[in-house]
Amino acid sequence: MIEVLIPILAGTLAAATPLIYAGLGELVAERSGVINLGVEGMMLIGAVAGFAAAVETGGGAGVGFLAGAAAGTLAALCFAVITLSLAANQSAAGLALTIFGIGLSAFIGQHYVSHSLPGLKPVALPLLSSIPLIGPVFFKQDMGVYLSFVFFGIVWWVLAKTKLGLMLRAVGESPESAHALGFPVFAIRYGAVLFGGAMAGIAGAYLSTVYTPLWVQNMSAGRGWIAVALVVFATWKPGRLLLGAWLFGGVTILQFHAQALGVRLPSQLLSALPYIATIVVLVLISRDRKLLQLNLPASLGKSFVPGR
Amino acid sequence: MNPEPPIPLHGEPRLQLLHISKRYPSVLANDDVSLVVRPGEIHAVLGENGAGKSTLMKVIYGAVKADMGEIMWNGRQVDIPDPAAARALGIGMVFQHFSLFETLTVVENIALSLGGEFDLASLAIKVSEVSKRYGLPLDPLRHVYSLSVGERQRVEIVRCLLQNPQLLILDEPTSVLTPQAVRKLFETLRQLASEGVSILYISHKLDEIRELCERATVMRGGRVTGEANPRQESSASLARMMIGRELPHCEAPVFEGERKPLLEIRALSREPDDAFGTRLSDIALTVHSGEVVGIAGISGNGQAELLAALSGETPVAREMVQLCGEAVGHRDAGARRDRGLSFVPEERLGRGAVPAMSLADNALLTAHRQDLVRHGLRRFAAARDFAQRCIERFDVRCGGAAAQARSLSGGNLQKFIVGREIMQTPKVMIVAQPTWGVDVGASAFLRQTLIDLSRSGVGVLVISEELEELFEICDRIAVLAGGRLSPAVPREQTNAEAIGLAMSGLFAQPTPESTHAA
Amino acid sequence: MLLEPRATPSRGMRLAAPLLAILLTLGVGALLFIALGKDPQEAFHVLFIGPLADANGWSELLLKAAPLILIAQGLAIGFRARIFNIGAEGQLIMGAVFGGGVAIAFQDSQSAWLLPTMVLAGAIGGALWGAIPALLKTRFNAEETLTTLMLAYVANLILSWLVSDPWRDPGGMNFPQSVMFGDAALFSMLFEGLRLNTSVFITIAAVLLFWIFVSKSFLAYQVTVGGLAPQAARYAGFPASRTVWLSLVLSGLTAGLAGVGEVAGPVGQLNLNISPGYGYAAIIVAWIGRLHPVGIVFSGLLMALIYLGGEAAQMALQTPAAITGIFQGMLLFFLLACDVFIEFRLRKPLEKRRAAALARKALP
Repeated sequence: MIEVLIPILAGTLAAATPLIYAGLGELVAERSGVINLGVEGMMLIGAVAGFAAAVETGGGAGVGFLAGAAAGTLAALCFAVITLSLAANQSAAGLALTIFGIGLSAFIGQHYVSHSLPGLKPVALPLLSSIPLIGPVFFKQDMGVYLSFVFFGIVWWVLAKTKLGLMLRAVGESPESAHALGFPVFAIRYGAVLFGGAMAGIAGAYLSTVYTPLWVQNMSAGRGWIAVALVVFATWKPGRLLLGAWLFGGVTILQFHAQALGVRLPSQLLSALPYIATIVVLVLISRDRKLLQLNLPASLGKSFVPGR
Repeated sequence: MNPEPPIPLHGEPRLQLLHISKRYPSVLANDDVSLVVRPGEIHAVLGENGAGKSTLMKVIYGAVKADMGEIMWNGRQVDIPDPAAARALGIGMVFQHFSLFETLTVVENIALSLGGEFDLASLAIKVSEVSKRYGLPLDPLRHVYSLSVGERQRVEIVRCLLQNPQLLILDEPTSVLTPQAVRKLFETLRQLASEGVSILYISHKLDEIRELCERATVMRGGRVTGEANPRQESSASLARMMIGRELPHCEAPVFEGERKPLLEIRALSREPDDAFGTRLSDIALTVHSGEVVGIAGISGNGQAELLAALSGETPVAREMVQLCGEAVGHRDAGARRDRGLSFVPEERLGRGAVPAMSLADNALLTAHRQDLVRHGLRRFAAARDFAQRCIERFDVRCGGAAAQARSLSGGNLQKFIVGREIMQTPKVMIVAQPTWGVDVGASAFLRQTLIDLSRSGVGVLVISEELEELFEICDRIAVLAGGRLSPAVPREQTNAEAIGLAMSGLFAQPTPESTHAA
Repeated sequence: MLLEPRATPSRGMRLAAPLLAILLTLGVGALLFIALGKDPQEAFHVLFIGPLADANGWSELLLKAAPLILIAQGLAIGFRARIFNIGAEGQLIMGAVFGGGVAIAFQDSQSAWLLPTMVLAGAIGGALWGAIPALLKTRFNAEETLTTLMLAYVANLILSWLVSDPWRDPGGMNFPQSVMFGDAALFSMLFEGLRLNTSVFITIAAVLLFWIFVSKSFLAYQVTVGGLAPQAARYAGFPASRTVWLSLVLSGLTAGLAGVGEVAGPVGQLNLNISPGYGYAAIIVAWIGRLHPVGIVFSGLLMALIYLGGEAAQMALQTPAAITGIFQGMLLFFLLACDVFIEFRLRKPLEKRRAAALARKALP
């Protein structure tokens, strides 16, 4: 039984990794009060940039991650300028970014359709990987997975333990009050949005340089949107985001193992599972209005113009 | 930081403002304002709403940049570009609308405005110490959303005190306090002044200023209209300086008609929808034709929840609200309006009116019952005409029926909304904070309008934080505290002291009325 | 921060913003072509002038504009109420599936009732797919933004399953597509040799109906109040859940109609390419049309031109089809940026100081 379980669980972790990256980035942006629905677009831009950089330089996934992060940051910068400096509608701007990102990535990606990359080999961490079950699941993964744990740790620590995290939460609740206290509201929001872009870019680069590793048009297949939904599911808490990402990783992996598990459903309907699961999860969490209200950054989605 | 603030030579000003001017797109908020505050002085800045007091304080606190003028601090000219610079100089400010973060704890809120090392544990101890020393009890680990408005003010004050300020600015601090709590606050302020802290006390309440302050600067229309020692002035003379004439008073004639119960609230209880809301428990009250009934109390004690339950914005159980003898608790706001209920909410922009819509379109919001809609289609001319009549009858100063709601001043928009509701000939009218942010002239007009309305046989229910207002217009007064309502007492049989006690929740419940209902 | 609020919103800017956004998009587009080593003048000619050189071009323009305008009319009602349905693509697909399902079930029918039945079924299919997020929003408070979009993915997979399994054309060489519809299941052509068909009248009727609805009806006023000031809507007793249902069902219905128009029109069967993203592009159409039924007509024509130009550029300049998406995204992006100047203007510190100085001089 364990022999069957280990590859499923290990695969779950890998499938969850892009969701962890993108979700953590969106979580930070939303905690500052900015909802960026452009995650899907930023992921695709990151994916194509990472893939192109890795192919052109021959530098592998590491270069891909850097290029993906840079491209995602750049995309987020466009979003930040019009939603923060120009106070435009965040939902619509995010959607524009996604439409733009789908187009731009397909445009750049056409030159790379036939290429492939070696990906990343799993690295077994000494000692840890020999723990039964947990070892092969958690500690025989590629560096991209480990890096996502590192980012998770950093985001958790900053939000929970530092003054910067406190300021971020304060800005997300009431930019007006934060401004009255003299906080650099714009700098904090810009920082959070750009971080979100970098993380979405890495998420995309992980997909194209490690997970697949190929460039396929529209390869994120809604993962960016699922990441946005995960942040709601996580009630804006990093720990719950991690659990949510694993849950979705599991759902994604399950469709590949469904046949072996004796499920006789058409493959298309199995592919719909993650999307249906997203809806189910949203419904479950949104029913509890008070829980949402206590955790929702109160200024989420609202533009801030000092002195209005 | 400054264990012993240097006490300057006697008479050397701590703060001097010289010829401060500040213009906003539509208004000159401060016009050549000068002001001197000495160490240990409690200095009042007196003026009615819109006189420019708050803008002036924000200039001192660095939240707003003056267009012209100089600020001298302990004899040196200074530039205060932002609040952090003000705090570094030793200026602390307690805002009228608090700048606290609800989802953070008390100590986290305080930590945010302090510089230096980020150590919540040791800061929590300091908070407890300071709050004890100045008689401002606080639990540093509570979340702000769970605090009452008065407790929140304490957080703001303690936050300022932790920075050892030489000047403390308080903007209308007593509007959120019971009379007893006001006295406690004054003790704290006098203790601070005796330690050498200067205090700038902004208010429009004349009695308070005469009790607390040694000097007063009076403002009107953005300019300084006088300086005085308030203890040597009468309320009337201060009022003349403040508004340029005597304070207007209302006439409340005796109601001649038949006294029938119109609005009955029976054992109304409700859990809040809002995570930060207040639970209403067993509220009972009857409003009759020909009377104005007032509900006193500090906002956050269930006012918003009670209003929503009465207006129908959040329906309750059927029997809990009776309108002219019909049980309507389960009905929504529209259905209750159809049955003769009118309601003026405290938020004018965004609730009582749609900011970006014209007055004609805003007339339609509730007055569509006045034949402004036929067969599901709008009658534009009729709506314009309705708005125009409302503007004329209620003296609304605006750019006509096509003017956007948000272009009106608070007082004029309030007149429009009150007018819109009255023109629908209600049987019961509920008004929340009728004169919040409204200038003295418009306030007097609105108060008289409500009295006249009641004397025409309408039952009027007013919810207000302003005790003076309630004593001026109400026939009976009840108090809402912690989601419970005290029995309504005739105005002649009560006083501010008794109301203040009730505000802290000291009254007997269930009342005779609620037993009767059960 | 560079902005300060205007005393009153600028009417001029309201109309100028879309034009400014188009100019900015063209400007950046020109840079893009230069970067690709193409002559921008030639490229723009291929993109925007060439497609309209003949009657066929105009027919194609209207053929593409019709579904975009139709969907955007429905979406605009929701956007007025701040109900952000971004899954119209899914509702379009379900409309096509329902309508196409009728055509497949009655393959051999020559009845004149077949097409109207398909239209009705498509409207129902789209409305149903819009009703699901409405239910989830009103009953469970679930954000419609995410649920509508997730349902679009699901709809696509349902279509994919249908055309590759139960509804696959047995004589279709294993391609994921249904049989071609019979004549009775197709809208008839308007002109000999042009693809423009009678489904365009559905759009024309819809524009008229929506124009009356938006400008005259009390219900549309209530929806608008709900979007501008939700608290005011609750205060006035306009039920929020009714607005949610109306917005999502109506936009689902128009999207479903558009879906039938495609499968019973230029596509002629169910396959995986029934929509080149009309459901998403219609969001931009609604926005650029200022959510106004007449404005949407113009923005729909513009968006159709971008589609046509993208196809022409694919052939003439060997650029990928994705260029359409780039232009669409940029257009919305720039429009949102320009829209800011309706309510705000750039701060002018100097002018303000001068005003204050004048005020001071006026003192006695």
